[in-house]
Amino acid sequence: MKGAALLAILRRDLRLLLLGSGGGGGIMLPILFFLAVAIIFPFAVGPDPKLLARVGGGVIWLAALLAAILPLDRLIEPDREAGLFEQWALRGISEEVIVALRLLAHWLSFAPPLMLATLPAAALLGLDGRTIALVELGLLAGTPGLAAVGVAVATITAGLKGGAALAGLLFIPLCVPLLIFGAGALAIGGESGLALAGAASLVLVALTPFAGAAALRAGR
Amino acid sequence: MTATALTATDLCCRRGDRWLFSGLSLGLARGQALHILGPNGLGKSSLMRMLAGLLPPSPDPVSGITGAIAWDGPLALMDERHGLDLGQPLGAALAFWARVDGPVPDEAIKGLGLANLLDVPVRYLSTGQKKRAALARLIGQHAPNWLLDEPLNGLDVAACAMVERMIERHCAGGGACIIASHQSLGIPGLTRLDLAEYAL
Repeated sequence: MKGAALLAILRRDLRLLLLGSGGGGGIMLPILFFLAVAIIFPFAVGPDPKLLARVGGGVIWLAALLAAILPLDRLIEPDREAGLFEQWALRGISEEVIVALRLLAHWLSFAPPLMLATLPAAALLGLDGRTIALVELGLLAGTPGLAAVGVAVATITAGLKGGAALAGLLFIPLCVPLLIFGAGALAIGGESGLALAGAASLVLVALTPFAGAAALRAGR
Repeated sequence: MTATALTATDLCCRRGDRWLFSGLSLGLARGQALHILGPNGLGKSSLMRMLAGLLPPSPDPVSGITGAIAWDGPLALMDERHGLDLGQPLGAALAFWARVDGPVPDEAIKGLGLANLLDVPVRYLSTGQKKRAALARLIGQHAPNWLLDEPLNGLDVAACAMVERMIERHCAGGGACIIASHQSLGIPGLTRLDLAEYAL
């Protein structure tokens, strides 16, 4: 019964984050935003292929970071407002488990589409094969951390006035280590950055259920 | 049947700098319904949340004792938050809880007048309809203990009577129920507790 309930919650979270609630706010908008940033970047710095190939990997990382801010305000707040977290707590499902499920659903709904969208973005920026591979591997290692920071920040700011703007502001500095390691891996001889991005992700993923659960309980 | 459903002792509540009530002890037997009444702002909802385990009891301002709450069996709570997905049609929102709790009986859906609303997104339901939907969710939980915070808010006269019958049936079936409401309830055998007597 408990396992079936957890599976039902995961499925619901995933459907909600992928497709949005009632036809709006799914994962399409953040992904289109990500592509839009990659598309307008050459307009800002000029179409020099050498320049774009050199900075393109970093641009994709930055676009991913910015796109990860968009889902934050609907990650936790709508369900808190509707009282779903309290109903789960009444059924003896701990907040830690609920936040861990939400983190898993958020990553599953965000990372694979982002990594897919990275391919056309990389083509638009004219990246070479090695860079594309490093960006994709870096995103694979770094997106769990981005998702974890996102969920933690969203639980902490849920219910606050102007919480969405605050969430974005908190999110960016907390993601700096992931950005440094992930984008740093693109430099010649910087491949160890992938392992460090992965390590940072693991730490963040391990901490988020506890931080998020504490935030949810404190916010009641 | 005299088995106890709830034993709560020495409950005190402080919200921020304000003390709401203290020294509140209450017991509830199976089959019993308790009406907690009192004017607005006295802490009825806080007491309900405390009884639901969502709010820890505050230590007593004088003795420093922290109260304890013990339920026998699972409990279900309905308050002003309906606990349903706003963007989903009502049927899908209830189906999610059915996967967690078990199905809502059809006669409950019909009795609550929700049968022809199942295709309507929850956000388009009126206040009273949302309340009835939340009641359906509560019934689907199949919990022996009910906590209802202002269950009659937003309901029309017919729906109010229906909710009263629902509570009656629940208690007749061995369930226990606590209702916080400033309205009077037409339920036979209802015990009353005036929160104003414990106010600080």
